[in-house]
Amino acid sequence: MKLMNRLLTSAAVGLAVSVSSFAALAQTPDNMLVIAHRIDDVTTIDPAESFEFAGADISRNVYGRLVFLDPNDLDAGYKPGLATSWDVSEDGKTITFTMREGVKFHSGNPVRAEDAAFSLQRAVILNKTPAFILNQFGFTAENAAEMIRVEGDKLVITTDKKYATSFLLNCLTATIGGIVDKETVMANAVDGDMGNNWLKTNTAGSGPYILNSWKPNESVTLTSNPDYYRGAPEMERVIVRHVLESASQRLLLERGDIDIARNLNPEDIAGALTADGVKVSDELKGRLMYMSLNQKHPELAKPEVRQAFKYLIDYAGMRDSFLNGQYTIHQNFLPATYLGASTENPFTYNVEKAKELLASAGVENLEIEVGVREAQERIEIGQSFQNAAAQAGIKVNITVGTAKQILSRYRARELDVYLGAWGPDYPDPQTNAGTFAYNPDNSDEANATGLLAWRNSWDTGGLTEKTAAAVQETDRDTRIKMYQEIQSEFRETSPFVVMFQQIEQSALRDNVENWSTGQAITAAAYWQVTK
Amino acid sequence: MSLNEQHTQRRPIRVPLAEKLWPFLRASVNVFGSVIVTIFGLLLITFIIGRVMPIDPVLSIVGEQASQSSYDAAYLELGLDKPLLVQFFYYLWDVIHLDFGTSLLNARPVTEDIARVFPATLELATIGIFMGMIFGIPLGVLAAVRKGSWIDQIARVVALVGYSMPIFWLGLMGLFLFYGVLGWVGGPGRVGIFYVDIVPSVTGMILIDAMLAGNWDVFKNAFSHIILPASLLGYYSLAYISRMTRSFMLEQLSAEYITTARVKGMSEWDVVWKHAFKNIRVQLITVIALSYAGLLEGSVLTEIIFSWPGIGSYITTALLSADMNAVLGGTVVVGLIFILLNIFSDLLYKVFDPRAK
Repeated sequence: MKLMNRLLTSAAVGLAVSVSSFAALAQTPDNMLVIAHRIDDVTTIDPAESFEFAGADISRNVYGRLVFLDPNDLDAGYKPGLATSWDVSEDGKTITFTMREGVKFHSGNPVRAEDAAFSLQRAVILNKTPAFILNQFGFTAENAAEMIRVEGDKLVITTDKKYATSFLLNCLTATIGGIVDKETVMANAVDGDMGNNWLKTNTAGSGPYILNSWKPNESVTLTSNPDYYRGAPEMERVIVRHVLESASQRLLLERGDIDIARNLNPEDIAGALTADGVKVSDELKGRLMYMSLNQKHPELAKPEVRQAFKYLIDYAGMRDSFLNGQYTIHQNFLPATYLGASTENPFTYNVEKAKELLASAGVENLEIEVGVREAQERIEIGQSFQNAAAQAGIKVNITVGTAKQILSRYRARELDVYLGAWGPDYPDPQTNAGTFAYNPDNSDEANATGLLAWRNSWDTGGLTEKTAAAVQETDRDTRIKMYQEIQSEFRETSPFVVMFQQIEQSALRDNVENWSTGQAITAAAYWQVTK
Repeated sequence: MSLNEQHTQRRPIRVPLAEKLWPFLRASVNVFGSVIVTIFGLLLITFIIGRVMPIDPVLSIVGEQASQSSYDAAYLELGLDKPLLVQFFYYLWDVIHLDFGTSLLNARPVTEDIARVFPATLELATIGIFMGMIFGIPLGVLAAVRKGSWIDQIARVVALVGYSMPIFWLGLMGLFLFYGVLGWVGGPGRVGIFYVDIVPSVTGMILIDAMLAGNWDVFKNAFSHIILPASLLGYYSLAYISRMTRSFMLEQLSAEYITTARVKGMSEWDVVWKHAFKNIRVQLITVIALSYAGLLEGSVLTEIIFSWPGIGSYITTALLSADMNAVLGGTVVVGLIFILLNIFSDLLYKVFDPRAK
């Protein structure tokens, strides 16, 4: 169906000579930004609960956070946001935030330390999916009021152990760090839900945009906040329309009815580039495509075999064919644009080298099962690997299944090889380091299904300790260096074959400037966009 | 007066009343009973399918990376720890109270969602079926009357293309040509972005809402957006309606009473429309009702291509994300439509078919 769809779509699009030469172009008003995007993954917009991409886009533009990520300078990392400064105690466990004065919520209420404390406590107490981002600092529903508190007009956060300051602050840039208006939220609380039910579909923020409406699978409409403390956004209205079909998005863009199309497939990107007045912007996103070898398998546990597999991936071949424009080669567990990310990609496709390694390990007639979810590109990667492995004398059986089928076997450590994707959960290196290179208890009883290293029965050979040390390192530069070292060892020794990092391509009308989808670390921002 | 005579005298008073009431009662009970049984079966089957599907509804809410405690909380919240039978009866109870629960995916009541998406489909399908009828019936009649002529051949090709061309391809081509190149119609979406939320939503059908508000700009814009997808659906139903009309008409035209009418010197127009066509109306009603019901189910592909937020894509999205409340709610609505249209076409039979009176 999908293939058929694509074929016929390209046939239709192939007819597109030049749309603009026939009919007069529409144009969106200068103060309005219209975006076509798939927004069917938005399930809730409560910052304490939201954990999907399109939801994070809304949240980023509606809620202020203690620290701020500048869409025009994401490399700089966090900057002062609703907090103007912070002091760290000597033992490294307590951070005191000074709040920015004169900032108001959309309701007109002032943004106080009390609101910040309430927002974070609320996220911990509600304990929804993203709560783990905060709970890893030792917060629980019972101690939240004590660990996150207001002293005078300052917000004080105490963690259970010493952590890198950058770790805590990076976590506060995530969606869950959104500061909500306590008065408004509590006025809408029902049955002790701390306003959760109301905030699922309403907002109470202080960010650059005010949510007018969110119609599921239809549209999100935002109006600029004229009192935004960084200055009112240039785009006074932002409309995000849910357009599922890539070809429809492209037509809308080429006709000038929208400014940005966010979900064009590679064929439509190529086509859109030939149209007048359209440009394409690429941004690296957080999703990694990887393959991992279960260390319970006696052959796969041999260091030479792990190495050999890294030479059996046709990295460039896949990037330049079916992954064209959507993925780039990346062989490290931290996505590029993350703090401490490495861009070294030493492995290339080399069947001879792999054969030598396999021979030196004494491996013969190896037959393995690779588990893949039923997603087109993953299956294609699997097939490419299957071909390469066959040349090196390894028989690969690909098992395709639903997410539930494959993941439950992966989590139960039953798969020989898993081929899939991993997306970071929050914008700090710990999010991936803490799962790829951290596994304090490798026994079956530990049942640490959340840790990728555990799922593959890998005891990490000392990287666990190094990862634990990195997350406590207060000096930012030293911390970066530590991650570089961990990754360089990981590349060589780990049973993970990290292959690709996702690229997001947006097609824009060429008068749109400063567009940012937030790279790997955050979500899309609208307030800096100009036309 | 003998006893016998008394009896016969009373008879005209008692029996005709019962005779009159009985068929009506029986018909009502029949209709009501079949509606209940159908709905019950519908709910049971969808419920079972929902439970055996290899999708974890909890996972679809909390995401893959959720902690065990968040997972457990969501699991209990959904009542998944209860026995299946208990879950089903809870569900039945809620449906009786018109409460389809909250959509797992967007945290809104399913009833509210359906009230939002169904009018969009209703508007599209109604215009679509009218177009199908207006063009399909005359085409079918003409093809039957001029059987084997070029007009019959054209009708055949038109219908064949309507049947066999994938609707999303036709949709994309139509969009490309009439919107992209010629700029005659509006693009994907129900209304242009400048007209969104201008008229208050009364019926949820933008054309009618715009008329009620007297805002003809919105009406024109909405019309330019609906015309292409509606024509597409119209074409699709035209294909079916015209073929069926043709074959019904051929059957009638070869009947003896038609020959008699012709022999009597009746005009060809009267033969075709007053005699033959009159007799296929009942069959046509079934065909049209079924086509209409099919369109009201929502045409998923058309909705996707034209970014039309209708019930078809609503149910499909819900199904793919294991949002069972939404799927069951949507299915019940679609089921009810079929049942209602059935009752409605039964009523029309009674009007058009003297034998059914």
